[in-house]
Amino acid sequence: MANLLRHHGVSMSENMAFGLSGALSFAYLPFIRISGQPLISYRMPPKAIIKGMMKPLRARFRFETFADAAAGERRLNELLDQGKLVGMQTSVFWLPYFPPDMRFHFNAHNLLVYGRDGGDYLVSDPVFEQPVRCAAPDLARARFARGVLAPKGLLYYPQSVDCKEVRPEALRQAIRTTARRMLAPVPIVGVRGMRRLAARLEKLPAAEPASLEFIGHIVRMQEEIGTGGAGFRFLYAGFLQEAAHITQLPQLMAFAERLTAIGDDWRRLALAAARMVKGRDAPDPPALARRLRAQADAEASFFRELRAAV
Amino acid sequence: MDLEAVPQEGNATLGGHRKLMYARDAQGRMVGVPSRGWEAEEIVTRHAVEVLEGQAAQAREQASRGLASPLAYWMLQRRMDVALLSQTSGVWQWRVRRHLKPRHFARLPPALLQRYAQALGMDAARLKELP
Repeated sequence: MANLLRHHGVSMSENMAFGLSGALSFAYLPFIRISGQPLISYRMPPKAIIKGMMKPLRARFRFETFADAAAGERRLNELLDQGKLVGMQTSVFWLPYFPPDMRFHFNAHNLLVYGRDGGDYLVSDPVFEQPVRCAAPDLARARFARGVLAPKGLLYYPQSVDCKEVRPEALRQAIRTTARRMLAPVPIVGVRGMRRLAARLEKLPAAEPASLEFIGHIVRMQEEIGTGGAGFRFLYAGFLQEAAHITQLPQLMAFAERLTAIGDDWRRLALAAARMVKGRDAPDPPALARRLRAQADAEASFFRELRAAV
Repeated sequence: MDLEAVPQEGNATLGGHRKLMYARDAQGRMVGVPSRGWEAEEIVTRHAVEVLEGQAAQAREQASRGLASPLAYWMLQRRMDVALLSQTSGVWQWRVRRHLKPRHFARLPPALLQRYAQALGMDAARLKELP
């Protein structure tokens, strides 16, 4: 995301892009099933992140989806030939450069294509350090995978970016939006989503293998997707540090420190859960539920005070 | 998380890649650091893969005894379930479920077989066999 904007002359760190777009979130969506498990997300969906970016930068983005793969590929080639960087949504399973153990049918993966070379596309994938290559038929497959959250070949690219600098007021607005969302009176998002997930976790029978699958799934949703649930807290802490300088609000530094501690606790929760999955500790869903509630309480008071501070 | 706490435990499921993590440096700033992987992540990913591989192995065993069709094996081998195979191939779920039985699978018309093969990203001829 930050790469896409840097291409358009906006100097922006990954931290700043993440915070400014109001990407930090939590959602527990039991009615969306991925391989039989509920969707648990620690950030906003990519399309919402881009939309969050549009207002503060007075930018215009185009989103395109396609009815069939041939049209989608044609359009991608056209945009690349115009020298554009193109972001897109894909499935993970059909990308051959992924290690086999990471290839699941997860459709909300996002990557950036920056060029073509023979039959290959040149891809910058956020999961990998180095740019990778992907053959055209494989990329077409990944873009037009069906199922839950099907990408339908979604492409996106900025058309214009009018505001190349980040204004203090935009930052305060972004922080308020994130705090409001985390504290929203909706039972499946923000801290209330965490509490609901905790309630679900508490009711799991400790002896069932399916309970372990559910616990493992929570950790995978937390740590495997992108930078990870704790990682997103660290990213946001980085954003608060940058924001403290721009907005001249030194108290944000202390908030960054606090959020880092909350992120560390998320990692401890993941480790405790993984030990149960591995069989090193006895499965104890209520104990995990208690930890999750503690996370919810910590984030609730954190965002309440953060909202009051900006 | 401090810089030295960034896990470098060599998560085998990353296949030798490194992933970007964020941590606090000595001055207290958040910076990106490449990580070789974390044990907790490896455990849960391996666990999920093993559950899927177990299901596929079971289907393979049943197919070899004539209790399930090769389609049942290939579907699970591709880490799909009935719902996803149905959406990918455009065949209704109840029909997919029928075709998981050897009796109905044997009578599949070539065009339908081709549709399944395409959805699974493989040859129609190979779909009829077990590896």
